[in-house]
Amino acid sequence: MKAPLFAYAKPRTLAEALELLATHGEGARILAGGQSLIPSLNLRLSAPELLVDITGIPGLNKVTSNGKSVTIGALVTHSRIEKSPDIRKHVPLLAEAAKHIAHAAIRNRGTLGGSLALADPAAEYPACAVALDGVFTISSLRGERQVKAADFFKGLFETDLQAGEVLTAAEFPSGGRSAFHELTRRHGDYAIIGLAAHESRFVFFGAGAIPVFAKNASKEKSLEKAKEALKRDLDPPADLYNSRATKLHLAGVLLERAWNTLSTSR
Amino acid sequence: MEHALDIALTVNGVEVSRRVQARVHLVDFLRDELGLTGSHIGCEHGVCGACTVRVNGDIVRGCLMLAVQANGCKVETIEGLSDSGELAALQKRFHEKNALQCGFCTPGMLMAAQDLLLQNQKPTREQIREHISGNYCRCTGYQAIVDAIEETVHGKG
Repeated sequence: MKAPLFAYAKPRTLAEALELLATHGEGARILAGGQSLIPSLNLRLSAPELLVDITGIPGLNKVTSNGKSVTIGALVTHSRIEKSPDIRKHVPLLAEAAKHIAHAAIRNRGTLGGSLALADPAAEYPACAVALDGVFTISSLRGERQVKAADFFKGLFETDLQAGEVLTAAEFPSGGRSAFHELTRRHGDYAIIGLAAHESRFVFFGAGAIPVFAKNASKEKSLEKAKEALKRDLDPPADLYNSRATKLHLAGVLLERAWNTLSTSR
Repeated sequence: MEHALDIALTVNGVEVSRRVQARVHLVDFLRDELGLTGSHIGCEHGVCGACTVRVNGDIVRGCLMLAVQANGCKVETIEGLSDSGELAALQKRFHEKNALQCGFCTPGMLMAAQDLLLQNQKPTREQIREHISGNYCRCTGYQAIVDAIEETVHGKG
């Protein structure tokens, strides 16, 4: 299908974008990579009055590393996250996760900020951000604020972002051991279930409305006990092909894989 | 609020200026405004890969980018890459291996395959499969397509 009629603006500064968002309120949608928004327009699941294309705003596509953390601008694409030497070295969990997102042509345009702000329950980055204890920077006409990843994801496609706000960057601590595993029927499909692990934090995606931190399993010292604890941590909803029991079993399989990766890299 | 905008871009080396509706995606613009019908429209929501084109050197989904977003960009389509001879080796192998059946997915397959060959001169069969995983062949002729790409890599056949 074809997208409905909408207006389009490409502001040159963040201030100009925030002004447009404040003026148009609910009628405006932010366009970054467009890899989720444009399909929803083409399918007429969404009908905004105005698209505010933020890709012309300078400074939102930078990756900066200061030794302690890596800050990634909202407009950095999945392809860049996959290939960036700074990200591969200091936050390898994200570089590993990026490979699992859709396909090359989509990774060339889809962005970190877009994925975090959309908060798809099967998406890779939200779980990584929670596992890494990332912090997001959010701007609006009221100023700038910081929100921890764990406090950002509120529900199904629901985040802490308020009307008129733009997620401009995400900061992740450097270093530490991590592992990323995801099960799909075909490469690039939505995850049946996935796991982002960093140090002793296990965070599952495709396992509920938001990333699920397996707090009991994350405390355990042996794999057997951690797998047992997972039953208390997770209550994954069935999908068209996989029951709750199947997903729970697969979560245990991923936990074991991540556990082994983390112990061999110790 | 502007519903239509003036854009200027380069398509297959030719400078093009048009006024377009914001709602028009890139592949509709290429096909309907410029008559470049080699890029196909399959699903229009980013799943099938038939509309794959190159923008500033990177392959993208033509249906998941608005024409207005291509303002100032360098766009290359199957017509441009075919005319320049860049795809000649792949096209020859696709022909030899009967990797076109109905041919609908072929332009997108060639764009994706060439993108892989530019990044990796000796991809494995697995890497080939992974790189074209975003391109659907409804005839399910994947074996022949992977064979054709693999033989282009190894210069066999």
